Amino acid sequence: MRNTLTIAGRELRSYFVSPIAYVVMTGFLLLGGWFFFNLLARFNYLVSMYSSFQGGREAMQRLNLNEFVIAPLLHNLSVVLVILVPMITMRSFAEEKRAGTYELLLTSPVATWEIVLGKFFGAVAFIFVMVGLTGVYGLILSAYGNPEFGIMAAGYLGLFLLSVTFVTIGLFASSLTENQIIAAVAGLVMLLLLYVIAWPADTAGETMGGILRYVSVTEHFGDMVKGVVDTKSLVYFASMIIGWIFLTERSVESIRWR
Amino acid sequence: MIEVQQLTKRYGDREVVRGITFSAQRGQILGFLGPNGAGKTTTMRMLTGYLPASSGTAKVAGYDIFTESAEVRRRIGYLPENPPLYPDMTVRSYLTFVAKLKGVARGEVAEARDKVIERTGLGEVSHRLLSHLSKGFRQRVGLAQALIHNPEVLVLDEPTIGLDPRQIIEIRSLIKELSGNRTVILSTHILPEVSQVCDKVVIINEGHVACEELLSNLTKDGTLEEVFLRYIAQDAAAHGEAVELESEVLTTGPGAEE
Repeated sequence: MRNTLTIAGRELRSYFVSPIAYVVMTGFLLLGGWFFFNLLARFNYLVSMYSSFQGGREAMQRLNLNEFVIAPLLHNLSVVLVILVPMITMRSFAEEKRAGTYELLLTSPVATWEIVLGKFFGAVAFIFVMVGLTGVYGLILSAYGNPEFGIMAAGYLGLFLLSVTFVTIGLFASSLTENQIIAAVAGLVMLLLLYVIAWPADTAGETMGGILRYVSVTEHFGDMVKGVVDTKSLVYFASMIIGWIFLTERSVESIRWR
Repeated sequence: MIEVQQLTKRYGDREVVRGITFSAQRGQILGFLGPNGAGKTTTMRMLTGYLPASSGTAKVAGYDIFTESAEVRRRIGYLPENPPLYPDMTVRSYLTFVAKLKGVARGEVAEARDKVIERTGLGEVSHRLLSHLSKGFRQRVGLAQALIHNPEVLVLDEPTIGLDPRQIIEIRSLIKELSGNRTVILSTHILPEVSQVCDKVVIINEGHVACEELLSNLTKDGTLEEVFLRYIAQDAAAHGEAVELESEVLTTGPGAEE
């Protein structure tokens, strides 16, 4: 455990001294701010439009912050994470291999799983800071409106679980290569596939469609954004995270089999 | 201290290291000599637990490198050909990190770090970033990280390569000074280095041991250069390979005699 924390600490520090992390974080928050502003502006426009004509009262009842601002905001952020998480995780193993520090790690009295978990916790801590900062939008909405807190919390839980899952996939991609670009592209492609894998679900027949929906990260995330925290979804995220960490551990360990 | 028995490394059909056998006693500095591509680095990587051997065994400090890899790694300090440095860390924070990684007890990390900084003469640069250091200092940091947990065995892969003559002399005397009652394996293809630093010589060629002898016995009949070339030629003839003299080993390094 101590070794894991040592590696995680170094990892987190290296994120905050590297320009990539700041660019990624700035980009993420900039886009997040843009989405939030526009969603809120549209919400205001709808409110003022509905209140200006007769019978609009009824329609106004259906306008709520959760459905019109927070849900689309979280969905938009999840798309941005598909692109940005691989940029954060691409260096974790690839850079060590290129710089030769991989030899230091693997010849130290440290188990492979400790290395992998160290990398994982380092990246997750960074992502939590980045995603956590978007929580300020929720606070703003709570201060000036009355969004339903439970639904919002479920949505954010979904966003966190989604980003942790993305991190594990990004780490796996990085463990395969010593080239950061390849790591980033491979991670991006895998995440995009996971994101759209349920597209043919409606036409694929009942069994296949069900499987595709269950495998798709969007289905579970979408449920949580709506405020539905199903055990099925939690099991899904937990098994994805553990599964990809396991594969990463195998991939790092595989140098010892060749 | 180090017992290597029939150690072999295969990549597919290609045998890089072919059943090498040698040993080194406590307190000895063993010069690991051979032309480029003879298998020196691969052998060292197997001893340090970075790469697995295809067959054969080796014991380091009484522990088997396969079954007790973690114990071996605890007792080995390893300087790879490129010092494994994180460019974004300072000398002090890097050495603190390595000390923790190598399992130095929590309360002794700072002490071990300061001691090794003093011994390797890094005091004046201890707050500088590793990316800003000259090659000579980088090599010293590499030595410092290999020494920090006070290992019984030091494995140094071409520690003087790419340094200027003054730095080479400094590093050599540092190695002699640090050896004490440690066992040191020092790979090089610079012959004068061997005659100045080492007690024992193992010459390997094309993946097998061409000669294992104390330095004093070797240089009885002729200079080390002559002996080296003779053994390489004998070995090549014995294994039915074309005799190809590596002129590089004769001319590189200061003090090489024509």
